[in-house]
Amino acid sequence: MKVLITGMAGKVGRLVALRLVASGHRVIGIDRRPWPDAPPGVEVHQVDIRKRAAEDVFRTGRPDAVVHMATVTHLTQRSADRDRINLHGTRAVWECCHQYGVGRAVFVGRHTYYGAAHDAPLYHREDDPPMAVTSFPELADLVAADLYAGSALWRMPDIHTSVLRICYTLGPSRTGTLAGFLGGRRVPTLLGFDPLFQFLHERDAAEAIALALEQERGLRGVFNVAGPEPLPLSLLIDLCGRSQVPIPELLFRLLLGRFGLPRLPPGALMHVKYPVVIDGSAFRAATGFRHQHDADQTARDFRDAPVGMID
Amino acid sequence: MAFLINPEVEERVRRLEIAFDRHGIDRFGISQRPLARFFTVLSWFYRRYFDTTVNGIDHVPPRGRAMLVGNHSGGVALDGAMVLASLFLDMDPPRLGQGMAEKFLNRVPFASTWTNRLGQLTGLPEHALSLLEDERLLMVFPEGARGTAKLYGDRNSLVEFGTGFVRLALRTRTPIIPFAFLGGGDAIPTVVNLVRLGHLFGAPYVPVTPWLLPVPRPVRLEIYYDEPFLLEGTGNEEDEVIHGHVERIKDRIAALIETGASIRRGRGEAVR
Repeated sequence: MKVLITGMAGKVGRLVALRLVASGHRVIGIDRRPWPDAPPGVEVHQVDIRKRAAEDVFRTGRPDAVVHMATVTHLTQRSADRDRINLHGTRAVWECCHQYGVGRAVFVGRHTYYGAAHDAPLYHREDDPPMAVTSFPELADLVAADLYAGSALWRMPDIHTSVLRICYTLGPSRTGTLAGFLGGRRVPTLLGFDPLFQFLHERDAAEAIALALEQERGLRGVFNVAGPEPLPLSLLIDLCGRSQVPIPELLFRLLLGRFGLPRLPPGALMHVKYPVVIDGSAFRAATGFRHQHDADQTARDFRDAPVGMID
Repeated sequence: MAFLINPEVEERVRRLEIAFDRHGIDRFGISQRPLARFFTVLSWFYRRYFDTTVNGIDHVPPRGRAMLVGNHSGGVALDGAMVLASLFLDMDPPRLGQGMAEKFLNRVPFASTWTNRLGQLTGLPEHALSLLEDERLLMVFPEGARGTAKLYGDRNSLVEFGTGFVRLALRTRTPIIPFAFLGGGDAIPTVVNLVRLGHLFGAPYVPVTPWLLPVPRPVRLEIYYDEPFLLEGTGNEEDEVIHGHVERIKDRIAALIETGASIRRGRGEAVR
């Protein structure tokens, strides 16, 4: 199979590419960012997915399948550019799939779609509404991109579309939303709150994406992707060799970004206060996915990796 | 021995038939250490401070999904706590009852963490369903916050029951064990509930006792468990059918309360 990966230069993107090449697939990648030492068998096009040049990659490359990972979560800067990448980029990818006869497309989304709130249940199933729109407005464009990709299931029935809502990833690359939050030696928490955190080793995330692609008859539908069972944030911080700094909620916003504490957007407060936990059983049933790294191993890989290491 | 943990309680926590991982945490975030601390404190109240009598604990199934349905007897959530204590201390193997916590608790620092670590998840239909599907023991007070708000004079009466629990029991084929709790209102006699003050803190109300704070008196408490019964149906029945089931359960609880109350009255006379 020939697979086009958008946003391939990111940590999970690279892992997906390597995994697919190892299984004998051919891989083409699109990313604005470079991947200088891409292995043989991986073709890198340094273009913007919203531009004509990206469409040329579809036309000349003629992929059989697409993994769309070119969505932006840089939470600290909410920009019009980000909205355009997340929404117009997603639209452009599915239109190209439709136009150039791509049979399979995977949208790589996030479990934060469901949002965190004091009255939200644990173990969200795929039909739960996207409460992130209200609890964390900074994520609204990602929620919209997720729903937009899902709408391809009825708008473009010729494409086997699957939308994967993957929980936080963690691992030796030390990049990503959760890795950023756990990056410093001291991790701020809200005094009196200790939500469950659900995370997956980045290799397992890559495996899940590859499996979705490789399903014999193509995978259709929306799926939560989860690995080990969730752990309280305090324990996760401990396993990562960090120390917890519990801060009363009133002071929290004031202190963020100072004294070595990470910077967070206002909506992220809810995700430090309440859990977002998903039920990944539908995906496991559909694909046979099993995670290979347990929570301890994942945290250890993150903790012990030299800074910035990938694969 | 770890701080504030009784070794006997610790042993019982270990014997709970819950799938704890190597960190002592289960998939809902229930954690062994907080459980051991909580039940250490609770067992002192249950055995020493209050004089608690339990009847019919054998009616509670030793494993598998089940729903305990009972009355609030006034006095904040003392009833819930003591039912948890009886299931944990008087059953063999012990069981963890899982109540449905008031939503506001999850907004309160520490209360949020503790309710979650102790398996007292926020009262949501999704949580009730997930727990039953996981073969847990659910503790339900269909009177809800209306029940905990009972004033002293109403302690042995029942207010309106919600109906959601019956539909859930039908849908999941869960046996219902009715129970009655007596004495909560004597331990913490509420003379007035300050609703406005409560809303200031995000709570439904703040109960006021003759000595102002809801500090309990060391009184006699009684718990009566009745025979389980399994309702037949799908959960999609008409409201009248559901209401009929609710009334039957309510009547059984009322009868249990009446039995208990008359014994309490009898005892009161004997003492005099």
